[in-house]
Order: sequence, then structure tokens, then C-alpha cells
Amino acid sequence: MERYRIETPKARAAGLGSARSGFGHWWVERVTAVALLPLVVWFAASLIAHAGSDYETFVHWLGTPVNAVLMVLLLVVLFWHTALGLQVVIEDYVHSGAKVWLLLVTRFACFALTVTGIMATLRIVFEAWAAS
Amino acid sequence: MRSTPDKPARPLSPNIQIYRPQLTSVLSIANRITGVGLALCAIALVIWLVTAASGPQPYSRFQHVIGSWPGLALLLVATFAFFLHLCGGIRHLVWDSARAFELRQIYASGWIVLLASVGLTLLSWLVSLTI
Repeated sequence: MERYRIETPKARAAGLGSARSGFGHWWVERVTAVALLPLVVWFAASLIAHAGSDYETFVHWLGTPVNAVLMVLLLVVLFWHTALGLQVVIEDYVHSGAKVWLLLVTRFACFALTVTGIMATLRIVFEAWAAS
Repeated sequence: MRSTPDKPARPLSPNIQIYRPQLTSVLSIANRITGVGLALCAIALVIWLVTAASGPQPYSRFQHVIGSWPGLALLLVATFAFFLHLCGGIRHLVWDSARAFELRQIYASGWIVLLASVGLTLLSWLVSLTI
């Protein structure tokens, strides 16, 4: 995260601030938060518009290129943000031996859910394209 | 933490157990609680996509679960949690730019976040049910 250092060289030389990767974590959490703003607005608006819609309507909606791309972006950024946020919560409140395992499981689950969500989206997209 | 057997009893600094809840502290912990709750909703999002990718029957089964009364109640709570985390997150981003840090501004933005979350929850459900 060297590129994104906001702290002054003096603060760094004096050893102020995070000793390791704290700033990078903090910064990426903000970057993903900003990226999520338009994505969740799109997602919420789509949910409101398609609430309770049947299978064909939903598959047709997700099968369009713009919506599919936005869904994949949402999955990646959402679970990235989720992984960082849950990590802080675990580090702050879990002090037993379960901490390391929880951190591992959370990180792995976020990766697995991202990939699973993307694969499901792609399958819907390809089936929609094959049908058209 | 290391515990020494002859540790003298010292007064505790104010901590979460004895501190009076205030708008600032309640919204702070609410941002974390809603974050954890929304992580569970993110799992539901993936399940939803997987059911849709699996065909009409799994998809309609999922829709049926969401459309049940417990499902709709959870969805309402999730909607409020979503808007609270969203608005609270925007408030944090404003703070990160070193703005609105006066105590009065902090309370004002706190109430705005709370009212906006309630308003947006009601508005989204109203729009969703009417269209």
C-alpha cells in the first residue's frame, strides 16, 4: 500500500501510526466503501423494481450485460469490504484461540462466496445468451 | 492478558458496561452490528443467485421462503440495517475527510443518519409494494 501513503514522512520516521499493514487495511476499507455506494444503489433500486418477480423476469434482467457486470462487481467489492470489516470485529472482540480460526474461516468464506456468486451469475448470463 | 495474583484493586476507567448509552456510541456499535448482519445477507444474496442459476423450481422455493411472514420480517430488518450501514458509512467517509467533527455537527449528522435510514426503509418498501 506504499502508493497510498497519506501519512507524512516525519510521522513515518518518528514511528507514529500503524507498525504494519493497518493503514492499507483502513484505506482499502474506504476504497471499497466508496465503490459500493453506486453499486448498492443500483442493487437496491433493482430489488425494489423487481421485488417478487418470477423466474423469467429475473433471469432476463440479470442476463443483460450491464446488469451482469454490475452484479459481478458488486460481489467482488461487497465481499472484499465484508472480509475487511469482519476481520476488525473479530480482532476486537475475540481473544481466545478461536480468533485465528475465525479469521481464516471468514476470509475463506468470503473468497468462496465471491466465486460462487460470480459462477452463478455467469451461468445465468450464458443461458440467457444461448436462449436468445 | 497476564494476571498477577497480588494485583491491587484499582478503579476502572469508564467502559461499555457502566457508560450511559448516547447517540454517538449507539450509532457506532450499530454500524458494526449492521455490518455483521449484512454479511449474513450477503450469504443470502449468493444463495439467491445460485437458486436462480439452478432453475425455476429452486428459485421459486427461495422466493417462497423470502415471501413468508418470517422472511418478510427479516427482509424489513435487513432493509433498515442496509440503510443504517449505508448512511452511517457515508457519515464515516465525511469524517475521514476531516469534516463535521464539531460535537453539534456530530449529533446533527447522527440524527440525520437515523431519520434517513427510517425514511429510506419506509420509502423503498412503499415503492416496492406499489409498483
